[in-house]
Amino acid sequence: MTATATRTAGARAVAGRLFGGGSATVFALLALVFVAILFLNPSFFEPPSLMAFAKKAAPLVILAVGQYLVIVCGELDLSVGSLVGAQVVIAAALIDGEESRTVPVLLVMLAFGVLVGLVNGLVVTVLKVHSLIATLGMMLVLYGAIRLWTGGAPTGALSDGFRQVGREGIDMPVLRQLPWALPVAVVVVVAGVALMRKPFGRTLITTGDNERAAAFAGVRVWRVRTVAFVLSSVLATLAGVLIGGYAGVTAQVGEGLEFTAITAVVLGGVVLGGGRGTVLAAMAGALTVEALFTLFNQLSLPSTVRPTVQGVIIIAAVAWAARERRRPFLPPQS
Amino acid sequence: MAVAPLTDTVLRMHGIEKSFLGVRVLHGVDLDLRAGEVHALMGENGAGKSTLMKVLAGVYQADAGSIELDGRPVAFAHPLEAQQAGVSTVFQEFNLLPERTIAENVFLGREPRRRGMVDADRMNADTAALLDGLGLDSLTPDRRVRTLSVAGQQIVEIVKALSYDARIISMDEPTAALADEEVELLYRLVGTLRDRGVAILYVSHRLKEIFDLADRVTVLKDGALVDTVAIGEITSDELVRKMVGRPITSFFPDKLGGTTAGDVRLRIAGGGNDQLDGIDLEVRAGEITALAGLQGSGRTEIAHALFGVARFTRGVVELDGRPVRLRSAREAVRAGLALVTEDRKAEGLALNQSVAANARLVLDAVLGGRGTKRIPGILSSLELSSRGGDQEVRFLSGGNQQKVVLAKWLATDPAVMVLDEPTRGIDVGAKQKVYTLMRELSAWGVAILMISSELQEVIGMADRVVVLRDGRIAGELPAGSDEESVMALATGQETA
Amino acid sequence: MTATTTRPRLSRRLGSTELVYAALLGVLAIGAVLVAVRGGNLFGTANLVDMLTRSSLLGFVALGQTFVILCGSLDLSVGYVMALCSLIGATTMAGDPAKVPLGIAAVLVVAAGIGLLNGLIVSVLKVNPFIATLGMGLVIKGYLDTTYKGPAGEVPSSFQQFGYSRIGFLPVSTAVMLVAVVLGILYLRRTRTGYHMFAVGGSAEVARLSGIRTGRVVVMAHVLCAVAAGVAGLLVAARFGTGSALVYSSGYDLDSIAAVVLGGTLLMGGRGGIAGTLGGVLILAVLDTVFNILQVDPFFKDVLRGVVIIAAVAIYARRQIDRKASRPRFGNGPPPEPAPDPPVPVGQGADR
Repeated sequence: MTATATRTAGARAVAGRLFGGGSATVFALLALVFVAILFLNPSFFEPPSLMAFAKKAAPLVILAVGQYLVIVCGELDLSVGSLVGAQVVIAAALIDGEESRTVPVLLVMLAFGVLVGLVNGLVVTVLKVHSLIATLGMMLVLYGAIRLWTGGAPTGALSDGFRQVGREGIDMPVLRQLPWALPVAVVVVVAGVALMRKPFGRTLITTGDNERAAAFAGVRVWRVRTVAFVLSSVLATLAGVLIGGYAGVTAQVGEGLEFTAITAVVLGGVVLGGGRGTVLAAMAGALTVEALFTLFNQLSLPSTVRPTVQGVIIIAAVAWAARERRRPFLPPQS
Repeated sequence: MAVAPLTDTVLRMHGIEKSFLGVRVLHGVDLDLRAGEVHALMGENGAGKSTLMKVLAGVYQADAGSIELDGRPVAFAHPLEAQQAGVSTVFQEFNLLPERTIAENVFLGREPRRRGMVDADRMNADTAALLDGLGLDSLTPDRRVRTLSVAGQQIVEIVKALSYDARIISMDEPTAALADEEVELLYRLVGTLRDRGVAILYVSHRLKEIFDLADRVTVLKDGALVDTVAIGEITSDELVRKMVGRPITSFFPDKLGGTTAGDVRLRIAGGGNDQLDGIDLEVRAGEITALAGLQGSGRTEIAHALFGVARFTRGVVELDGRPVRLRSAREAVRAGLALVTEDRKAEGLALNQSVAANARLVLDAVLGGRGTKRIPGILSSLELSSRGGDQEVRFLSGGNQQKVVLAKWLATDPAVMVLDEPTRGIDVGAKQKVYTLMRELSAWGVAILMISSELQEVIGMADRVVVLRDGRIAGELPAGSDEESVMALATGQETA
Repeated sequence: MTATTTRPRLSRRLGSTELVYAALLGVLAIGAVLVAVRGGNLFGTANLVDMLTRSSLLGFVALGQTFVILCGSLDLSVGYVMALCSLIGATTMAGDPAKVPLGIAAVLVVAAGIGLLNGLIVSVLKVNPFIATLGMGLVIKGYLDTTYKGPAGEVPSSFQQFGYSRIGFLPVSTAVMLVAVVLGILYLRRTRTGYHMFAVGGSAEVARLSGIRTGRVVVMAHVLCAVAAGVAGLLVAARFGTGSALVYSSGYDLDSIAAVVLGGTLLMGGRGGIAGTLGGVLILAVLDTVFNILQVDPFFKDVLRGVVIIAAVAIYARRQIDRKASRPRFGNGPPPEPAPDPPVPVGQGADR
């Protein structure tokens, strides 16, 4: 390789490290949205209001990290929205206002999350059902099963202890309140970044990049993917705890969250099909989506417009990522 | 159909040149075909046969040179244009739709119509007529292609060609996947076609078939035309010599002092599965054992069987004297094996990941990430600076990519290293590096099994040469053998 | 004759369409017994009408879905198209019998437009069909939620006939659906584009090598799918007497995929057909009716739907054939079945 080629390649590599490859766009977009909000409502950037934003955005950030893990190894998890809803309903029904039940119920929820992730993972890797179908089916099963169990509408009530994490925080000067949700989300992101630097994380992304090469190198592909699904479900459970605290229990909890999570991840430049993208980029995507929603509120756009915007974003983001495949390719070397 | 006189030239290819990404694959090749002749195209792997065939088929476009059909210059931008001009090709990978019927496949894209609707009756009748004309009246046009055997599917491809009024049909290794009785059927079909004046370009390695069927044979070597002769004017010995005869060069590094053949580290006894039979192989520490043979002879299948892909169902595999069951790549690595696969882009590298990530891959996958401290040292000894360790592998040259693959496996400190076409598609400098590395590994005591189609490489590097043919071991040759002996075993010339 | 293989297995001899109808008979039989135990008659007029009515709506949607799945694509926006078209139809007609043709035309135009967009996003922008149609569905959802706060429009009673009237025990809507099914079958079996849909789904590369314009075929399939969903929307409007957006939550997108897959069409495309889809639709309709009579919890239906879809894909998707046939050199036994490919590639558009 020539000297100049090495230099530009080196510079590219550094930029790639910082911004995760093709995801420089999302950081720019995030900045843009924040600038727009700044214009419309400068008070948004006062610490208390930023903290409120963090509280609101935390669940999506956590969901995006989980979805990232699944997408980066070449799959998709459409069951997370239903799972969030299911977990919140389970929590309310089992806790039924009893503080002492909080911790045991949290454990039950965790176990349930692991179970759902296991089923998803095994159906995809062992039964070889495409992850889209498998998790779409799981979405339906969760939706129906939970309503079957509660008789249609959520019952019971969450305990204050449960709601703590999503709703409360530490009262502080300047910030007014540092919501628990913020450090929780930060821990998840840091853990995600750390995980991707470990052997498991590397094998995860390599599996998404080139499954055959991974297999020849000794990666147990089925295991790696199943773990990703379990992590996605567990993180969805965590997000559910936050959401339950923040928004309470309703019949529609969690509806559509899977699409929002995928939007966030795809916006962050993580490619469907796997092999590229970083946790930080997924996080940035989630923040951008939440910031966009805030912007819409500032602009007084009705919330019913959100799905349309989401749809356009998803299509545009994937179309943009697919642009390389639209260019004619070179013939193979003989 | 009237039989055209044998001197009628239907195709003339002149001065065909073709390069891919700067690498010249065809150097000014000439080829002409006469009506009603079977013209064999021979040469070793990588000689350019398949590229030439694809240029004719319109899959590739020549960089220079001309193609004339019946004296008129033609240039095919798309395979369909070639087909419509009467040049059809039967590739090894069939272009058929398994879920559709024979007739539907034959007339794909140009289904006959009547009053706006597809005329299935006419489609079936026309197909039946073509099948009858070839003497295949037991095949009905409404059969789904997936119910046919390989031979049957090949017939569909031939019928498709005829439905385009093909005057030239190229066949790429047509008997590679056929059983003996099916080969007879193919012979009959070829005979019928030639009686009709169709010119057949027959690409094959099998000397027996060439001498049975062909009228003339063209030999390519290293992308250039060696000769075109009538089959009656040449012996199989001479033919083999034309394909491979080269002056021996001292391009390959010598064995390092102190390299001695040690114990047998890998032994396969009676290994077999549905592609291999009776494989007895020993690879010793400090030795380079080459596995030679034609494409499809089973060499890569042996490598894959060792790594848990299409495992051996018969026989025993021993590592350092201990019998092992290698059910997965993971178990193979744990047992001390390494496999540098044939196709680094498809099987050896995660192109969007960095050099460092690729180099650590096996360590990460099987050994929990231990041992990665060795990697920078390994990379620099391969003259691949780890400063570029963050670079995505897809930006590297072929030679550097291969070095990353080697680094990946060297990091596992293997006892036995299997290298499948280790120098394919890489530049001279990188090749040298690979050969030097192999010598060093040998001196260090690693047992090396090298699968290669480049006879020069086999002769230049190997301590022993094992030749495969049709899934079996055809023979073994010592170091210092010549290319002709290897080729003779590989093509089965002696039993022809 | 050496060009033939070993005897095909029994299930292949039977053909998947026959299997579906056999399953239908089985379901009918078991259902009839369960209902009889409760003192009812599954084949009584009321129940027959119920089953046939349920099948008409899904029948239209699944018919359209068959085209796109055959091409190797998919349409998850059908529920939203239905909702949108029911509203467009009802609001255009606005209770005026003279405006019925206008209402129908408006629906067809809008539906075709959406189908065209879907097809172009998939074939030209190379967006994965799941994402493309999911995204389109969301776009429509936003529009519907913003523009319509509840039911809107009014369907004149002359058009309501489409929803309610019967010929004997056969609802008119079902009859129309059956006619559409027959037309669909003829389209697939008799027109070039129909043939090419099988080709594109079977192998886009082989199709292209034969000169087929794969993009056009995919777009056509999406247009037909959306139009069929539009007609279903008209039916919804006819039944309710007004347009309603609620129908997009009724799971018709997944039900239609379930019906198509149950009917033996490969999720990857290239094989199958509308006759099988009809069988799948009828099975689901019978199950619905039986559950209704037995007063099974409606949420159980959702659970069952999810399980059925996964199971059907797991079973059917195993029948994937490799293009390069390889035969064993040594050892006895039939040629090895190559590993199945994933049914639909993620992030790679309609072709792979």
